[in-house]
This record gives sequence, C-alpha cells and structure tokens, in this order.
Amino acid sequence: MELLDIFITLGFWGALVRMATPLIFGTLGELICERAGVLNLGIEGIMTMGAMVAWMWVYQGGDLWTAVLVAAACGALFGLLHAVFSVYLGLSQHVTGIGITLLAASLSYFVFRMLLPDVTTPPKIEPFKPFAIPGLSEIPYIGEVLFTQSPLTYLAFILVPIVGYGLYRTPLGLAVRMVGENPMAVEAQGIDVHRLRTCAVMLGSAFMAVGGAFLTISVFDAFYIGMINGRGWICIALVIFASWRPGKALAGALLFAAFEALQIRVQQASSAVIPYQFFLMMPYILSILAMIVMSRRAAYPKALLVPFRKGER
Amino acid sequence: MRLEPRAHVPFWLNITAPLGAVVLAFAFCALLILWAGAPIIPAYTALVKGAFGSTFALTETLTRAAPLIFTGLAAAVAFRAKLWNIGGEGQLYAGALAATYFGTGLVTLPPYLMIPLLFLVGAVAGGLLLLVPVILKLKLRVDEVVTTLLLNFVVLLFANYLLFGPWKDPLAMGWPQAAPIIDEGVLSPLVPRMRLHQGFIWAIAFAVFAWAFIRFTKWGFQIRAVGYNPEAAAFAGMPIGATVLRTALLSGGLAGMAGVCELAGLKGYLTLDISPGFGYTGIAVAMLAGLHPLGVIASAIFIAAIYNGADAMSRAMSISNYLADVLTATALLLVLASVLFVRFRPRLR
Repeated sequence: MELLDIFITLGFWGALVRMATPLIFGTLGELICERAGVLNLGIEGIMTMGAMVAWMWVYQGGDLWTAVLVAAACGALFGLLHAVFSVYLGLSQHVTGIGITLLAASLSYFVFRMLLPDVTTPPKIEPFKPFAIPGLSEIPYIGEVLFTQSPLTYLAFILVPIVGYGLYRTPLGLAVRMVGENPMAVEAQGIDVHRLRTCAVMLGSAFMAVGGAFLTISVFDAFYIGMINGRGWICIALVIFASWRPGKALAGALLFAAFEALQIRVQQASSAVIPYQFFLMMPYILSILAMIVMSRRAAYPKALLVPFRKGER
Repeated sequence: MRLEPRAHVPFWLNITAPLGAVVLAFAFCALLILWAGAPIIPAYTALVKGAFGSTFALTETLTRAAPLIFTGLAAAVAFRAKLWNIGGEGQLYAGALAATYFGTGLVTLPPYLMIPLLFLVGAVAGGLLLLVPVILKLKLRVDEVVTTLLLNFVVLLFANYLLFGPWKDPLAMGWPQAAPIIDEGVLSPLVPRMRLHQGFIWAIAFAVFAWAFIRFTKWGFQIRAVGYNPEAAAFAGMPIGATVLRTALLSGGLAGMAGVCELAGLKGYLTLDISPGFGYTGIAVAMLAGLHPLGVIASAIFIAAIYNGADAMSRAMSISNYLADVLTATALLLVLASVLFVRFRPRLR
C-alpha cells in the first residue's frame, strides 16, 4: 500500500529525474573514454573537482553558466593529465586513474579549505532554479516531472542522443570507436591514435566534471568533503551495465536514480523495521549486481586498457 | 618524443629516478604553499620537524606508518599479480570488525595467544571480503576494480549500522563506538609514555614475511609469473585461478590486519574514523616502493612522515593539511612516470 503511494506521487518522479542527472553526465563521460580504449578511474576525483570549482566560481560572484564551463574546462585539464600518463606514456590505466582521483579530490579539498579557512557550516549559494519550459510544462503530470527541472538536467538528457549520434553517425565517432577496438587500423588511416584518445578522454572528463558541478550548483547549493560519495564508481559500473551504449546508459542511470529516490522514501516509511544504513548500501550493491547480470554479455572494447606504442605489435 | 627500451639499465637510475620524482612532487607543492601565502623553506622545515623533530614526533610517525605498511603490502602483493585490489579500506574495516567481535569479551586468552588470534580473525575477515570480487572475476569476468571499490562503501555502512545499533557501547556517552578490546588483546606500547605500539613490529615482521614468500616460495613465484604474463604462466602449467585466489587471501588478509593494528594498538575500541583512508593511501605506498615488500616499510614511513609533518605545518602556519594528500597523490603519479624512464630512454626526434 505504502509502496504504491510512493509511485503515484509526482515528487518521486521529479526526484528520479533530478538524481539521474549527475549519473547521466558521469556515465556518458566514462563511456566516451572507454570507447576510445581508456579506462578513466579518475572520474570520482574529477567529479569532486567539478563540484568544487563550479561552487567556488558562483560563490565568488560568478555566473552559473560560466561556472559550468569553468568546471568542464577543469575536468578537461585533468583528462589531459590522465591522457599524458595513460596514452602518451602508456602507463597503467588503473594506477593512473587512482592517482588522478586522489590528486583531483585532495586538490579540491585543499583549495576549498584555503579559500574558506574558518567556516564550520558550508555557506550556500543561489543555485540554478527549475526552469519551466513554456507550453510543455503545462501538460498535466508529465509537465511537472519532465519539464520543470534544472537547465542542466535538460542538458544531460539532450546530450544522450547527441553523443549517440556523434559516436554512431559521424566519421569522428567511427574513429573514436575504432581506436578503442583496433588502434592499428586507425593508425593505418593516417589518424594520430594518441591525439584522438587524448581528445576523447578530455571530452569525457569534461562531462564528468559537469556532473559533479550539477550537485553543487543545482541540488545541494553547498560543497562539502566527500560529497561525491562513490557516484563516480557507480558510473563506471553503469557503463558496463549499458554495454557501452549511450541509450542504454540513460536507461541505466534512470533505473539507478529510481532506486535511489525510492530508497529515501521507503527509508522514511519503514525506518523502525530496517536500519537506514541498509538502504544507503543499495546503490552500491545494485551496481555490483548489475555488473554480475551483464557480465556474460559484456563486450569490452577490444583495446581497452591496452596502451598504443607506434611500431609495436 | 619517442621512447626506446634501454638495453642496459644503470644501477643508479633505479634509485635516482624515483627520488627525482619525489623532489618534483615537493616542488609542485611548494607552488601551493606559495599560493597559500606562506614562505616555502620555513613551511617545509616545520613539516620535517613535525615528522622527525623529537622523540614524540618520530614515534608518532612510526605509529602512523604501521597500518600503512599493512595496506601498502596488501596493494603491493595484489598488484604484483595484476590483481587490482582497490578495496583495502573496506578490508581494513572488515578486519577491525572481526577483531571487535572476538576481542571484546567473546574469547579471553592470555596475551601471547589473544593478540595472534585477533590478527588471525582480522586477516581472515579481510581475505574473505576480497574473495567475493575475486571469485566474481574468475567465474564471471566481473571487473574487480569497480567491485572492490564499491564494497568499501558497503562495509563502511555496515560498520556504521553496527556502531549506531547493536554494537554501540552504552558506556560511551552516546558516541558511536564499540566496547573496548579486552586488556589481553591490547598491543603494548614500545616506548614509555608514547603511543608507538607493538603493531609496528608486527608490520615489519609481515613485510619480511611477504618479501620472503614472494621471493623464495613456489606460490610466490607463481604470483609473480601470473603478474608478468598470465598466458605464459598458464602454458607452463601454473594454476592461474588458484594463484589469484591465494593472492587475494594474502592481500585482503594484510589489509584486514591493518584494521586490527589500529584497533588493538591505537584506539582500543572501534570507531568510524579508525582509518583516514589508509586503504587508499596504501596504493601510493606500494607504488612508491616499486611493489617491493621491503621497500614498503621505507615508503610507509616516508608517507606517514608527510601526513604527520603536514599536520604540524598546518598548526604552525595555517596551510590546510590536505596538502599531505596532494603531495602523496603527486608523488604517486610522478614515481609511476619515473619508472617508465628507467625502462625506456626518451629520444627527441
């Protein structure tokens, strides 16, 4: 009975769409990197960096949309750093990624603490307001859920078909997919493998940073330590769950957001019976289960994790 | 720029290259100190003094190094076999949970049995926790990096549940902490009036054990072989699955013992802040040591010194102690790159 009540409230569906947004950005970003053959474990740190930079930009008096751009640029910068190590130098993508996560997260916390040394409660900013799309938002039920959201949420949903089109219908997308499957074939076409992979990692990292920025300048209004809380790792699991396809990534992100939105509401309804910590575990356990379910069909990009060195086979 | 393999690696390069990388990491953080508006030389002097400047500072550094030796060994052993165990943090808490379960009154033995028992149950808990993702990897080819990372959050939430629920010590004035470890299980101090405890000796002993195990035993040889070239190892008739499982038990066990070390040596009772990310820092420790178990001792002391020194520096001149994390992460990346330049010679075209 109570479960049914949750599903018919509009608040639940609105929260679902909102919570899916950072997952969509992060999953698309990771997907682009992995399609080009680079596992980007820097995602957790890059999302933290995006969250901090965007928040700080607005806090210092900057404009919200410029903050998104600045976060994306910072993300791309860390993507470049990742690419220098993992693509140009061909070092272990696992260790590089962990290193980038540690570096980006600790730099974010350091800069945050240095710029705001004496605050105990994180100060708030004026975040993105929900933007009601004229006309569409008037549709009963659907309008409130889908068309009265933060502008960044619209951006996330629009990016899914754009990334899909880019990957499957453009020569550049073909090259990106090919460099993740068979870099030597790309080389034979006269395309610079290293440059292509670097661009893909930078673009993907920019997406991740915007996902982080969404949390601070659209949802929580504040930045605090440890706020990404494993969302980046969940995105990596979602990429596998989505079989490296943007459309399925959207479906996966929505499914996960549904569990997250449901979890909060069930938790309130049944806190006496089941301790809340078990609800908080759900996204992580579900991510593991999703990977187990998809494991038989997981078709990893063939050159994922394999560095490319010219003239070496 | 082109990289060509060196036919002969000069011995001195093996040492100077990582050292140079560490110096570069310090230089990068000097820029951050400048940006924070503090003078560089006094800041780094405060850091060194805070790490080694007195008996107290030195023992504190070694105290902090003990769990880092364990987690560093856990990462080093696993990475040797190309098993990407990033779940050291979760395994550490699993070890601490098991030691709390057995060490708070369930069993009472004389200390010479009680302490080994606590390390044993901690190691078993950590090892079993890592076994789950590793079996998934072997049977279903589920990527262990993501599963071990995600399990960290699950274990921490489970500990959170126990400490706010059934295990909460009613005598703790409402703080979320478990009952204290019984006296028989407490690791005794090594230096009078200081916090440095027996756990440091245990850590050194296990580093030597891990080195000997990998260097001299058949199983250790198989771990290295599987890491270098699994196809060749399989072709030579080595049991790949069994080797990876053994590596997992060893690696998870070492990380679990880090939890026991902190619990029975330093805190005395389980809290949620028993580890400030020792599991993740262990990866940096292992990489700085070049995945060599004996090198882990030195690099753990070095990184512990950075953390304790940065704490002292931040007290002295208002620079956030997150600088220690930045320094460690920078050193990790630069040392990773420096190893490449030992093996390859960069040639400008």
